[in-house]
Amino acid sequence: MSDGCGAPAGGGAQAALAGIDIDRQAVVQGTVIHNGSAVSTGYARLLNDGGDFVAEVPLGAEGEFTFFAAPGTWTVRVLAPGGVSVDRVVSAGYGRIVKVDVVI
Amino acid sequence: MSRSDALVDADWVEAHLADPGVVLAEVDEDTSAYDKGHIRNAVKIDWKEDLQDPVRRDFVDKTGFEALLSARGISNDDTVVLYGGNNNWFAAYAFWYFKLYGHDKVKLLDGGRKKWELESRELVEDVTPRPRRSYVASEPDTSIRAFRDEVVAAIGKRNLVDVRSPDEFSGKLLAPAHLPQESAQRPGHIPTAKNVPWAKAANDDGTFRSDGDLRALYADEAGLDFGKDTIAYCRIGERSAHTWFVLHELLGQQNVKNYDGSWTEYGSLVGVPIELGAAG
Repeated sequence: MSDGCGAPAGGGAQAALAGIDIDRQAVVQGTVIHNGSAVSTGYARLLNDGGDFVAEVPLGAEGEFTFFAAPGTWTVRVLAPGGVSVDRVVSAGYGRIVKVDVVI
Repeated sequence: MSRSDALVDADWVEAHLADPGVVLAEVDEDTSAYDKGHIRNAVKIDWKEDLQDPVRRDFVDKTGFEALLSARGISNDDTVVLYGGNNNWFAAYAFWYFKLYGHDKVKLLDGGRKKWELESRELVEDVTPRPRRSYVASEPDTSIRAFRDEVVAAIGKRNLVDVRSPDEFSGKLLAPAHLPQESAQRPGHIPTAKNVPWAKAANDDGTFRSDGDLRALYADEAGLDFGKDTIAYCRIGERSAHTWFVLHELLGQQNVKNYDGSWTEYGSLVGVPIELGAAG
């Protein structure tokens, strides 16, 4: 399993990829952190390079999220209580797990 | 129908949490979400276990629907308020399903579970049992449900609205990007379908956009002819239920059907036409 940034995936993040053939997927995965702690109440949404909505997931218990995208440029938007909305641009490709950790 | 008939907001729900004539029901794709916390007194509906036939690809039948609602303590006179994750995709699917079986007193919580969570409103793990009822369903109203032959015959004649993301419409993705891209069916879309992603009908917090914005989206931007019958589809019929809700319930269009076979059926049919590429 490759890892774009060399950081090991957490338990929830690893579970999301169990049994998945990574060579056929363009994975975007990350964690949301606030004041050093994982944010488990919130959402991550994926937008395409035109700004259109592609997918959304609730954050996991460890603040984690996983998307199965396609090669190209995507925006991860994190929504959290208190009106938080933070964007991160990522570049995905088949056979890679692109890590995007978001501090809010 | 109108917005006030079909939608309630979170304040309305909080004011009716103990109302004996109101039943809250959470409907999710991630069915563990309810177990981790739900709105007080809400019952759980598992869209797969409870709403799908365990063998055939189809709904549960009338008898099955009656058994489900009876077991959940829902009576024919109750007002059912549906909510869920994924911006109410599966709650909208259940709404359409309740209407199909003749339950008229059904509403959606605007913004669903997401807005409720983002506003840090109360979620509880306790499950409050409801006494069993004897629910009687109507025969299915197929005026709001489209089947494949009707969809093929509608190409170039009726409005076909593909509500998936532009990347699924063009064939770049086969499924929403929170799911692995694994599927045997062909990518693409039904010829002459207009791509109006469901997400364009919703704000970031999951609430529906205003009636004026929605009418402009479908009529002006997408060029939908409201004088024609309309069929909405997506991958498995839940996101298109969201769009069916917008067109039929919020904008009051009566000639709208949801094609729940959707792309997983159409994209696997032998001999039907398929188009690839982005919307023109």
